[in-house]
Order: sequence, then structure tokens, then C-alpha cells
Amino acid sequence: MPEKKNLKAKTGNEAMAEAMRQINPDVVAAYPITPATEIVQIFSQFVADGLVNTEFVAVESEHSALSACIGASAAGARAMTGTSSQGLALMYEMMYIAAGLRLPIVIAEVNRALSAPINIHGDQSDTMGARDSGFLQIYCENSQEAYDSMIQAVRICEHPDVLLPATVSTDGFIISHCMEAIEMLPDEQVKEFVGSYKPKNWLLDVDHPFTLGAIDLQDYYFEHKRQEIEAMRKATKVIKEIGKEFGQKFGRSYDMIETYKLEDAEAAIVVLGSTAGTAKVVIDEMRKQGKKIGMLKIRVFRPFPFDDIREALKNVKVVGVMDRHDGYNGYVPPVCSEVRSCLYELDKKPKIASYVYGLGGRDITVEMITDIYQELLSGKTDTNTKYIGVRE
Amino acid sequence: MADIKVEKKKGWKDLPACDYLEAGSAAAFETGDWRSEKPVWIPENCIQCLFCWVYCPDSSVIVKDGQMTGFDYKHCKGCGICATECPGKKGNKAIKMEAEKK
Repeated sequence: MPEKKNLKAKTGNEAMAEAMRQINPDVVAAYPITPATEIVQIFSQFVADGLVNTEFVAVESEHSALSACIGASAAGARAMTGTSSQGLALMYEMMYIAAGLRLPIVIAEVNRALSAPINIHGDQSDTMGARDSGFLQIYCENSQEAYDSMIQAVRICEHPDVLLPATVSTDGFIISHCMEAIEMLPDEQVKEFVGSYKPKNWLLDVDHPFTLGAIDLQDYYFEHKRQEIEAMRKATKVIKEIGKEFGQKFGRSYDMIETYKLEDAEAAIVVLGSTAGTAKVVIDEMRKQGKKIGMLKIRVFRPFPFDDIREALKNVKVVGVMDRHDGYNGYVPPVCSEVRSCLYELDKKPKIASYVYGLGGRDITVEMITDIYQELLSGKTDTNTKYIGVRE
Repeated sequence: MADIKVEKKKGWKDLPACDYLEAGSAAAFETGDWRSEKPVWIPENCIQCLFCWVYCPDSSVIVKDGQMTGFDYKHCKGCGICATECPGKKGNKAIKMEAEKK
């Protein structure tokens, strides 16, 4: 393992704020909400201290925050914001507009449960509610990934084949407020990597006036949506290329998914976010006892990495999919639903078990994940979703 | 004068991304073809006051080097404001309205 350089102790929120400082966006418009408040609070200090050239807009709501970013982005600026939970929910309306207008805005998102009942702790119901919005979605396992993914997200979103906005999310408190040693890049290297934003069309370009956001009825809406669909499909290739380039330059490569000890695994779990870290500890322990188990972490949920997941799980006998959100469709939660959908194409299909865990920040422990693996290995799984850690 | 455009609906592969629309402009379209009366300029009565140019709601008075030179009939709707406002020379109007021959 190469020696790590320039290590700094940072919480997830600090890591994301530092990434934003180095990206130095033209406009940041934000409204505070736990547990994402610190991201923009720290960033606003950078603005006050003159460390960035950003125009910081202190708006009156998250709806306005994303609206201001949309206006800024359409005008030709690189725009970013940060939020969580109800804040993201208040942005939902504008998220579809940012995506539909093909504006590459990056949201630093901290996953938190949605009300009611009111709860400030981590689960993934907020971004899962936005999964059809046209935003790219990157889920981070730790602060390092959050920092690296923010930097990559700018490039991914602004790529001419993509031109879509993104959420880069961390699990509330588990990542956002926990301090880790992360490897930071020198400012000038980040600046060079992200480059400057050069939109093809921008509203403040007075020499080339155009209209953006006009009414688009039966005769054109479908074609424009078809373009958006294609952009989401093409994003997979771009995310892979930029993740690889990041690795070549800075030593940490990224892909749509990450696999852990999956090569010979008979049982595997699929998981998003910080729980992947806990699962790795369980896998290492159980492997010592000869259990053939592994894990697939979905880093990018939008676009959904169908091909990669199918390839990675084709030889696994039983797969447990862990969702930190239910989805309320009365059957299976969203991650399981999509994993099952893509594995259905395989001739030899693995058995699939569904687990919902950690709602409202309920702890997910090493023991709970161990139990899941034991259940998967026992062959006694069924099609009913199981709720981990809930009192019966 | 730009060539007259005819709208052709493009497929998703050829359309500009998102609902990008070039700035709206009637310049490229013939908007005066439903006119029933047209203004006719009589140069010998014209004192170059440019009232017609000031009052024309369709920017259809063609002015070159500060001089009125005629009308843009692709865009003139025949409203007659220019003829009404024209002071003319010694009581003789420099603009009169004539029926369009169809």
C-alpha cells in the first residue's frame, strides 16, 4: 500500500466543505439543515476569509437554494449547494428542473431520515425519494470518498455527454460528524483536475441570446426527455473514465460499484454508503472461519450499474440486499427491487433476500450483519423483506 | 433579410439539448402576408423627419444612413400609423395607404 500523504483529520462535512473550497465554484446558494449545516457554514467562512471567489447566496429555503443555483448555472456559473432530508425534499420540485434543463449542479447531500416522525439521524430515504429526479447519485462509504467524489462529480456533471446534476451523499452523523484521517490533494491539483466550467450555452452570453425553460408540450417534451434519458445512460461511461483518471493522477480509483472478496463468494450482500465499511469487518472475521462471503457496494445508484452488478454477482448463490429505506411499495425496497430486476436477466439466478435496516439512524452493528450472512449461508431465506433491529 | 424559415420538427438526436431555443425573432419569418393595406412612400414629399420610423410598431421602416428609404413588406402589417403620423411637405403626405392586390 503506498504511503499516504498530506493526511488531515476531517469530518465528512469538513471534507466536503474543503473539496468545495478547492473547487471554488462561482455560486453557492444554501440554507442550513442538520446534519448538513456545517458544509455550507464552513464554506461561508471560506467566502468571508477570501479563500474562494464564490458568490454566496444566503437564501430563505432549500427550494430557493436550488432555484438560485439553477439560475446561476443557466447564466453560465459553476453552482453548488448542500442540504439534507427535508431540505432535499423541499428541493425535489427544482431537482427535476435542474436535470431537465441539463444544468450540472452538484449538491453535497447528507443522508437523513424524512419526517414524520421527526428525526435528524441517518437513513437514505431523502435521496431515495429523489431517485427518479434525473440527478446522478453517488453514495459515499467514508469521508475520503466524499471528498474525492465531490471533486469528480464536478467533472462528471459538466461532461458534454452528461450535463446532469448530481447529489454526492454521506450517511448523516455516521460520516458527516465522525472524524477520519483523509488524504487531501494540494489546491492547485484539484483546480487543474476540475478545470474551469465552459458551458456551450449560457444565458449571460449576450451575443448569443436564447430562451431556456420555455413551455414544451406534446410536440417536443418527449424528445427532450429522451435526450435526458440518453444522458443518464451515457453517464456510466463518463463516471468510469473520470474515476479511473482520478486514480491514475491521485492513486485512488473509483468505479460504479466496489466489490469486496466477491471472487469466490457463495453469499454476498449489496449495500450503499457507510454500512459497506462495517460489512468489510464482518467479511474479514467470517472469512477467517472459512465462510465464503463477499460484498458489493453500489457507489453510484443513478445511473444504476446494471451491467457491473450482473457481472459481479453472476456466480454468487445467494444475495442479501440491504436497503436503508423501505420505499413503501408493499413488496421490496428500491435497491433490492433494482438489483433483482437486473439479475433476472441471468440464466442462473442467485436467490435474493431483502433486508431493511437503520431507519432513523438505528445502529447497524457487526453482529447484525453477521446474522444476515449466517442466514444467507443457511439457505433459509425467503422472499419476504426482513427488518433488521426493529422491535417486534 | 434572412431567408424565410419553415419549422421542421427535429428528432431527439438532432434537437439542441434541453429546451434550448434560439432567441425569438420574427426577422426570419414572413409576418406581413396577411396585410390588407400597404403603405407607399412618396419620396418627393418626404422631409426625413423619421416620424414613421419612430412610430412603426413592427420596425418595418427601412432607414439607411439616417435616411428613410422604404418599407420592409415582409413584416409590415399595414396598420397605417406611419401614414397617419407623416407630416409630409406643405400638406402633401409622403406616405399613403393603398389596398393590397390579391
